[in-house]
Parts: sequence; C-alpha cells; structure tokens
Amino acid sequence: MSKETDHSIEHHIQTYIRVFIALGFLTVVTVAVSYLEVSFIEAFFLAIAIATIKGSLVLGFFMHLISEKKAIIWMLAATLVTFLILMFIPLIWHTDSTGIY
Amino acid sequence: MSNIPYILEDRPDTGLNNSKLGIWIFLASEVMLFGGLFSAYVFLRIAAPEGDFDYWGSKLNVPMATFNTMVLITSSVTMVMSWASLKLQQFDKYKMYLGITILCALAFLVVKYFEYTSKFEYGVYPSSSTFMGIYFTLTGLHVLHIIGGLFVLVYFWTKQADKMWEENQDLLANRIEITGLYWHFVDLVWIFLFPILYLL
Repeated sequence: MSKETDHSIEHHIQTYIRVFIALGFLTVVTVAVSYLEVSFIEAFFLAIAIATIKGSLVLGFFMHLISEKKAIIWMLAATLVTFLILMFIPLIWHTDSTGIY
Repeated sequence: MSNIPYILEDRPDTGLNNSKLGIWIFLASEVMLFGGLFSAYVFLRIAAPEGDFDYWGSKLNVPMATFNTMVLITSSVTMVMSWASLKLQQFDKYKMYLGITILCALAFLVVKYFEYTSKFEYGVYPSSSTFMGIYFTLTGLHVLHIIGGLFVLVYFWTKQADKMWEENQDLLANRIEITGLYWHFVDLVWIFLFPILYLL
C-alpha cells in the first residue's frame, strides 16, 4: 500500500466499517439462501458466489489489494490460475471414463 | 534488525519491501495448501454415495458456525483498525483494537472446542465418515492457523510492542500490516469453509 496521510487513513476507516457491515449482511444472506429449495448445483454456485463477493471485499479493502503493486497482483493471478487447475482436476477425472471398468 | 535491507523501504526492482513480498508469497503457498484440500473435498463429494455428505453435514452446528463467522469478520475489522490506529499515531487505540482481535481469536477457539467435543461425546470422529474426515482436516488445519496467528497477535500486544513503538514506529506499523495480511487470509479461508461444510 502506498504512503498514507492522516486524512486518507481516516477515509480508509470509514471504508473498513462499511465493508464490515457488508460482510455481516452477506453472512446472513449466505445462511438464508441455504434454506432455499434449490438443487445442490444451484445451492453450490449461490454459496460460492456469495463467498467470492465476501472474499473479494476482504482481499480488496482489508488486505489493500485494490491499491497494491503490480508485482503482487501478477503473483496472485498466477496463483489463481494454478488454484483453478487444482479445482478442475476432480471434474476432469469425473467426466473422463478412461480406465473405468 | 535495521541492518536487514528492504524491510521498510521498497526494493527498486519489485517496488515492494521484502516483508510484504514475503508474506504474499507465503499466502500464495497457503492458497495452494487449502486449494488442494478444497479440491479433495470436491473429489470426495463426487465419489461419495448419494446423500452421505448431506446426512453427516446435517450433524454440524450451523448457529455456532455462523457465530464464529461473525467473530472472525469482527476480528478482521479490528485488525485493520489496529494498523490504522498506528498510522494515526494512536498507540492506545492500537492496543485496544489488537486486544479485541485477540479476544475474537480466543472466542473462535472456545466455540470450536465446544463444537469438536460435542461431536466426540456422540462418538463422531474423523474416522466416522468421509465427510467427517475432510471436515476435521479442513477445520483442524484452519484452527492451527488461528492458533499460530494468535501467538503473533499476543506478541505484538505485549511490552515488546511498546518497546518497538518507542524505537521505530514505522517498523511496528509494518509488522502489524504483515500480521494483518495473514489474519485476513485466515478469515478469507473461513468465508469459504463455512458454506461448503456447514450449509451445503
């Protein structure tokens, strides 16, 4: 994060409080949508979508990624790609019938 | 300590100080650690008999986990407020916010203790089912991260922090920023663990 003045820090504090309220609200929403009568796939994508929004708020504002240097952004982008490969391995295995007797 | 280069000042090549670059590289490795386990969860869920994960998942305590989610979110905001307080030269407020963060971490662990022991009382262990195996692995690893973070938080709440503040204010603010990045990551992991384990 770049060098901060007192004024910008006080501005950040207001943002932190707003993000905190948003995270609390989204937690309630997460629990509420779990009671919806939907299929597992729909429930899964709903839960992951809300968690991703919450995670983005934490990353962007609490971890200051929104104003972070490019070196970190590129490193995290590379991590995200490898993470997604890791997550898709089970799905590839599941849809691939090779070797199944 | 000040002889180690680029702890506070940015390196010309990366544009970052080494403390921050180091913690982000560590966090990237943590993403892959938890990512592997998330992947294992998906793998096991796909392969499990129909209804098995729903049955064992219904034995978890959603209100307790929701409470813990709120506790961790609160600890994240107090963590970042403690850093902001240092930047505003308000050391007393820093101590207060960091103290609340420590209390939140302890509260999380106490709730987790009751959650685990209530399972054990009913004879539910990691070996009871595939779901319980991955549940205890994921939440257990997360709890270890909370405990590790708690040691660092307590260290920066003791007289060591007072001493550091007197000697080098920027260094303490940098240390708290780095600690905060780790702590927010622990919160981030829980944000994904909570719906996947407790609500799906």
